[in-house]
Amino acid sequence: MSNESFFYQALVYLATMVVFVPLAKKLNLGSVLGYLMGGIIIGPALLGLIGHGGEDLMHFAEFGVVMMLFLIGLELEPSLLWKLRAPILGLGGLQVTVTAILIAGLSFSLGMPFNESLVLGMILSLSSTAIVLQILGEKGQMGSAAGQSTFSVLLFQDIAVIPMLAIFPLLAPAGTEAVHTEGTSLIANQPAWAKTLIVLGAVSALGIGGRFVVKPILHIVARTRLRELFTASALLLVVGIAVLMTLVGLSPALGAFLGGVVLANSEYRHELESDIEPFKGLLLGLFFIGVGASIDFNLVIAEPLLVLGLVLGIMLVKFIVLMGLGRLFRLSWDQNLLFAFALPQVGEFAFVLFSFALQSALLPQRIVSLMMAVVAISMALTPLVLLAHEKWIVPNFGCGAKNTEREPDKIDEKNPVIIAGFDHFGTIVGRFLRASGVRSTVLDLDSDRVDLLRRMGLKVYYGDAARMDMLQSAGAMQAKLIVIAMETPEKNLEVVDAVKKHFPHLQMLVRATENADAFDLMNSGVLHIYRETVDTSLRMASDALEMLGHRAYQSQRAARMFRKFDEQSLKGMAAYRDDKQYVNVVKERIDELQKLIQADNYTNLMVRDAGWNKGDAEERN
Amino acid sequence: MAKILLLFAHPAFERSRIHAALLKAAAGLPNVTLHDLYEVYPDFDVVPRIEQKLLAEHDIIIFQHPFYWYSGPALLKQWIDLVLQHGWAYGHEGVALKGKYLMNVISAGGKEQSYSPEGHHGYPLKQFMLPFEQTATLCNMHYLPPFVVHDSNSLNAQQLDSYAAAYVELLKGLQSGKIDLPQAQQQYYINALVGAPDHSS
Repeated sequence: MSNESFFYQALVYLATMVVFVPLAKKLNLGSVLGYLMGGIIIGPALLGLIGHGGEDLMHFAEFGVVMMLFLIGLELEPSLLWKLRAPILGLGGLQVTVTAILIAGLSFSLGMPFNESLVLGMILSLSSTAIVLQILGEKGQMGSAAGQSTFSVLLFQDIAVIPMLAIFPLLAPAGTEAVHTEGTSLIANQPAWAKTLIVLGAVSALGIGGRFVVKPILHIVARTRLRELFTASALLLVVGIAVLMTLVGLSPALGAFLGGVVLANSEYRHELESDIEPFKGLLLGLFFIGVGASIDFNLVIAEPLLVLGLVLGIMLVKFIVLMGLGRLFRLSWDQNLLFAFALPQVGEFAFVLFSFALQSALLPQRIVSLMMAVVAISMALTPLVLLAHEKWIVPNFGCGAKNTEREPDKIDEKNPVIIAGFDHFGTIVGRFLRASGVRSTVLDLDSDRVDLLRRMGLKVYYGDAARMDMLQSAGAMQAKLIVIAMETPEKNLEVVDAVKKHFPHLQMLVRATENADAFDLMNSGVLHIYRETVDTSLRMASDALEMLGHRAYQSQRAARMFRKFDEQSLKGMAAYRDDKQYVNVVKERIDELQKLIQADNYTNLMVRDAGWNKGDAEERN
Repeated sequence: MAKILLLFAHPAFERSRIHAALLKAAAGLPNVTLHDLYEVYPDFDVVPRIEQKLLAEHDIIIFQHPFYWYSGPALLKQWIDLVLQHGWAYGHEGVALKGKYLMNVISAGGKEQSYSPEGHHGYPLKQFMLPFEQTATLCNMHYLPPFVVHDSNSLNAQQLDSYAAAYVELLKGLQSGKIDLPQAQQQYYINALVGAPDHSS
């Protein structure tokens, strides 16, 4: 590749990202849709800027999926993985099997040969790890029951790719010589028992190597204090795992995931995360652009009804299977909906498997190109489907309409205080008020937590405090004040806006996570803002002073003074903060910190001059 | 041997000279319990139960503090407000402190002469001690005259040392009975009994 074409390509892709992703974000569509749109627009169908490079690009950028699974592995400690074994094997296994059989059966009944139907069923049963996890992550849904189930299914699918690759050659029509794409694989020509041994060996090498080789190496690298060297090691680690896995014929994504799990307990976890994260983001972005660009619009235009019918049909079949399994595994109604809306697309592995099937002469060219378009479109539809779910389904079914299981709870008490949001933050407020004999009405959005707290005898109601009717039935008309302690700053602002609009008499006490949120709340006119960690950090700092031998009273007094000054300087900064939004969040933080530290010089002065000084008053000693 | 409870209240002990010297000398004396109020209750949340137990275990209670605005520092007042409860310290059934002794050990910036009708402060220092004295009386305690360090901002090291030595002598004398308590009550300042520096200079 000549430099010129490299720079040209880089220019096209980067510009696509920079133009379309912010645009999509602005339209509340999420980054994945932005990449996909960008890909479609620069692709051969419209601008033709990247010709038919879409597939190549996807091949290259698939590595982003490997990195993503490595990162997910890092977040998952082995014990947690063990806890998830039932959903991974049960839910994931059933999803793949049932979907594959259904689709294969449908294809067979439509007249396709048996082996082709089976291959098609298996490939189409897979979903897109890249798209789904990215979107659920952005929505902050990974921790929910639906997120966990989705993750389990995706993980099983990643594992299932391996046996699929192994089965395909067996399904090839007699007489055709199966072409091994994994020709580089060490084990391609080994007998079955040797393959198994080698695979097991590779996986245990990963486990042992991660613990006894990688950690010491990272330790040495970290001690050089060269940041780029650590980044290089992190990349090397992931690439190395991918190569090892490819050599033994396993999925690189699965290997990277296991590697991540092995390192989840290590002290370098966060450094690895922050080093790999940007690469993962860029590569996944490229991957999505590739998906967009690879949609063959000629085919779509030639047979629009067929393509559309296939896309919708496949997604519908998968959706129904998912809904059924969600019920079977006792997901609550709203979580089940999210679960089923997240996974009905066909995934990126389909591209790999389809080209493999084509090479193995398992599927005819016509079906493969048709299916490639169908897969890409189903992936492109996913963000839209989830958006529709969020905009129309959730408000009407998730916690609304009469005929669903989880409508907002009926609230039969009217208290002077409403607490909106009852995670670890709101809980303490609620407990304290309760202990002080003040009754409060608690609203929370996490249905599982609501159930748990109710079982423990606490009166907590399920419902969205940003909704006017919910506030109304919580007694907002009669209440004196509302504690707004939702889990995200955005949600807090939503509730603030709702209260300001409909119940202006309510005094608001609002939780902020960090300074930036506090500024936003100040801009919304909130007077009582509580930054999550300020009081705790200061308590820690004053304890540190005490342990250094400072007098307890002065240490705590200094901490109290400091908090007051910090709040004052924050207010001052809010007043002078210009409207232009900082592009670089880190730069913004540093600037703000700098201003705060400058203000601290005065703070110190004040503490020193705060009294009991010889010079202050004549007779103080 | 009488047990002494030193209730020490100083919001800025880290800058203190007088009390640093006095406490350094008194530290480690047997049967003297130092209870540093600003260190134990930096948040002013005095716990009466703990304090009452301490009081019950001692015979002579000393409020040691700088003389702020003709009284003690804020936390000392908070302590009095919270600990000397009705029905425990005073009132019909409040006899827990009966027969114990109370005294103040204070430092003051002004010279002794400034505490006189002609002086800066207009009244004798002892007159300002009236609230403490009456508190003791109400709690059925005996009030001892104060140990006073005057002119606290301009004492030299030598003077400080002699105050410290006198303070130790006072504590020991109170414990051993060498200082006759009923007789001591007749003194203006208790300084005179232990050879504390002369203030008239």
